[in-house]
Amino acid sequence: MNNLQALKTLSYANVRRILRIWIQTIVPPAITTALYFLIFGALIGRRIGEMPGYEGLSYIEFMVPGLIMLSVITNSYANVASAFFGTKFQKSIEEILVSPMPSWAIMCGFLVGGIARGFLVGLVVVVTSLFFVQITIDNFTLTLLSILLTSILFSLLGLLNGIYAKSFDDVSIVPTFVLTPLIYLGGIFYSINILPEEWQLISQINPILYIVNFFRYAMLGSSEIDPLIGICLISAFTIVSFLLAYHLIRKGVGIRD
Amino acid sequence: MYALEIKDLKKTYSNKVEALKGIDLNVSKGDFFALLGPNGAGKSTVIGIISSLVNKSSGHVKVCGIDIDENFSLAKSKLGVVNQEFNFSQFEKVIDIIVTQAGYYGVDYKTAVERAEKYLKKLGLWDKRNDQARMLSGGQKRRIMIIKAMIHEPELLILDEPTAGVDIELRRSLWDFLLEINQQGTTIILTTHYLEEAENLCRNIAIIDGGDIIENTSMNSLLKQIDDQVFIVETEKVVPKDFSLPGYPVQDISENKFSVILKKNKNLNDLFKAQELEDLNVKNIRNQTNRLEELFVKLTSKNE
Repeated sequence: MNNLQALKTLSYANVRRILRIWIQTIVPPAITTALYFLIFGALIGRRIGEMPGYEGLSYIEFMVPGLIMLSVITNSYANVASAFFGTKFQKSIEEILVSPMPSWAIMCGFLVGGIARGFLVGLVVVVTSLFFVQITIDNFTLTLLSILLTSILFSLLGLLNGIYAKSFDDVSIVPTFVLTPLIYLGGIFYSINILPEEWQLISQINPILYIVNFFRYAMLGSSEIDPLIGICLISAFTIVSFLLAYHLIRKGVGIRD
Repeated sequence: MYALEIKDLKKTYSNKVEALKGIDLNVSKGDFFALLGPNGAGKSTVIGIISSLVNKSSGHVKVCGIDIDENFSLAKSKLGVVNQEFNFSQFEKVIDIIVTQAGYYGVDYKTAVERAEKYLKKLGLWDKRNDQARMLSGGQKRRIMIIKAMIHEPELLILDEPTAGVDIELRRSLWDFLLEINQQGTTIILTTHYLEEAENLCRNIAIIDGGDIIENTSMNSLLKQIDDQVFIVETEKVVPKDFSLPGYPVQDISENKFSVILKKNKNLNDLFKAQELEDLNVKNIRNQTNRLEELFVKLTSKNE
């Protein structure tokens, strides 16, 4: 059995799905980001001026890494959650389960879809931002690494959501009520230094804060939180999520009677 | 050598429904085997366990000699399954569905495309290869299911009601296709509600009911169990109301028609020779019902 061929096929099928429904997967982040840049960057951001703690950095420049991360996180998550639940709903998961493909290959095939969409949408956001601001990347390798790790982590979390989901509502509950508030309160639009002390402490229990700041460090060369915490946090969550998802798929939770 | 060996297979679902109560079943290599049973008898559970869609509670299953508990991946590579329900993305193109399925079995792209062409042409879907699956008719989708199951050229093919809802012409062309691949060496296990289908195609048969195998024999021996057969006789001359045939009970007499019961120990040739029939100028004699159907109803109702 050629497991790599099977993995390649499932990965390609997932990427093909993203491209087939590009109007749902690629276009919306471009429009949303353009609106963010226009309203919060060009209009309101002009009145804010330089960001405190980031010497010589305008508000719109501060916002770019946050908006890229926002898109990578939400799209990686949504892609795998909906693709996996969609195959369960259409019963096409049976095509995969009856085949000799091992559990790790099934997982990785779906993850490749999430990573691909994370990168694609991240690129779209970068291109959109170029219409509003000049971007300079401080550490290109670290920037790519942080996008890769983040998209892997949120693809895995999306997969866990897809495994447990029994209806379309279940696929949207976590992104709407958990992920979106955490992302918006995770320092995308503001520096936590401007918050009162007690709110700064509360913000520090939000894992997204560390992920966004790690990426901001990679892109801009400075951040308000040690980037090492971010990379350790992402790695730890990724390992735990991978092992959990692997165990669930191997056991057939949510996919076998 | 068996293509499928099942020993003491049990399945109880999470809702406490006991779908299989410990069945034993062997299917020889090269066989064309019917697995029959009423709705909810446990047929799909058996198929689900063999193909890994359902987790068994206990028991042993071997596919082509490979224990699924020891090397399920290798066992699955020998197996093709046509499920009852369409289980492919309706938004994908036909050719993509088939080539993707081949890829899941590790078949390289070039070989997958060649095989897809072979089977699409064989089952009359080549012209539809670039259409989205949702645009196809039920019969065409059914054929996609069969091609998907055949694309990695398995040694054992299991078909769960493959001809449900397809027209007679297509059903017969699918029968020809299945007979052809069986002659080429593929072992076939078929579940169907069309008992005529099982009678025409299969050499051996098992009947499952209430989670137990209640009959497991050759088709010929099963059909020999039939006690009575009813023949309808149509005549040119009017049948007298008190018409009788010595040794053959007669019933349902109408103007130019009556039914005659042929007991197990009686011979159809002797019936044809009866002078009483000749006097009525017989136009036509036909079997009233499908023989296997009668027996099936009898066996499964015994179990209720």
